Amino acid sequence: MSLAKPAMRGLLAKRLRFHLPIAFALSLVAAAAFKYGVTEPRKKAYADFYKEYDAMKEFNAMREAGIFESVRPSGE
Amino acid sequence: MLLSRRGLAAFSSSSVKMASHGHGDVTEQGDMSVPMYWDRLDTPLPDKPYQDTLSDADKSLKQKEKGPWNHLSKEEKLALYRMTFKESFAEMKKPTGEWKTVVGGIFFFIGFTGLVVLWQRYYVYPPHPRTLDDEWKAKQVKRMLDMRMNPVEGFSAKWDYEKGQWK
Repeated sequence: MSLAKPAMRGLLAKRLRFHLPIAFALSLVAAAAFKYGVTEPRKKAYADFYKEYDAMKEFNAMREAGIFESVRPSGE
Repeated sequence: MLLSRRGLAAFSSSSVKMASHGHGDVTEQGDMSVPMYWDRLDTPLPDKPYQDTLSDADKSLKQKEKGPWNHLSKEEKLALYRMTFKESFAEMKKPTGEWKTVVGGIFFFIGFTGLVVLWQRYYVYPPHPRTLDDEWKAKQVKRMLDMRMNPVEGFSAKWDYEKGQWK
């Protein structure tokens, strides 16, 4: 029974040759998924919010609710 | 059960043998000042062969072993192997099923801990602080909405201010 001599060298290189491109590709996919899944929708949400934002209206609503200490609701 | 046997064997004086053999049988105490035999995955060639005293048939087989090995039949090769080694690697690596006991024990004790925690909830914990009352929590939510906390993507974004209800 004569078996073939096993590979003695280059084991890490062989593993890296296989795994590095995959690792690279998966990292890129993860980054792209985060960008288009999280950051782009978030930027859009903020843009949409501030497009129609009336600061004075919001301030008056908050004032009437009575949360400020420096300016009380207009009734008092 | 496997665990109780191990537990008992640990107290006996053949603890070294038990630790190195794993699931092996505990035979008579060997003299540990001379080279010993043991089945271990990280010692593929133990310090001495398994069988010390060979019968005459075994001895003649050992003589035959000194010649060319093509002359040995398959049974003779196996007999020679078993003379030198007690268990093959496959036999050594055989799964024991011990994990089932371990996992079962884990679940059991987690369950027991759950019961202890439950008892604590009723007999040990002091009464709630008032900030955890439903009325207080409702007033808290109203204040958070009035302050417009996280109005873009978070808390207040989910409240419909015109209709006065959750979106």
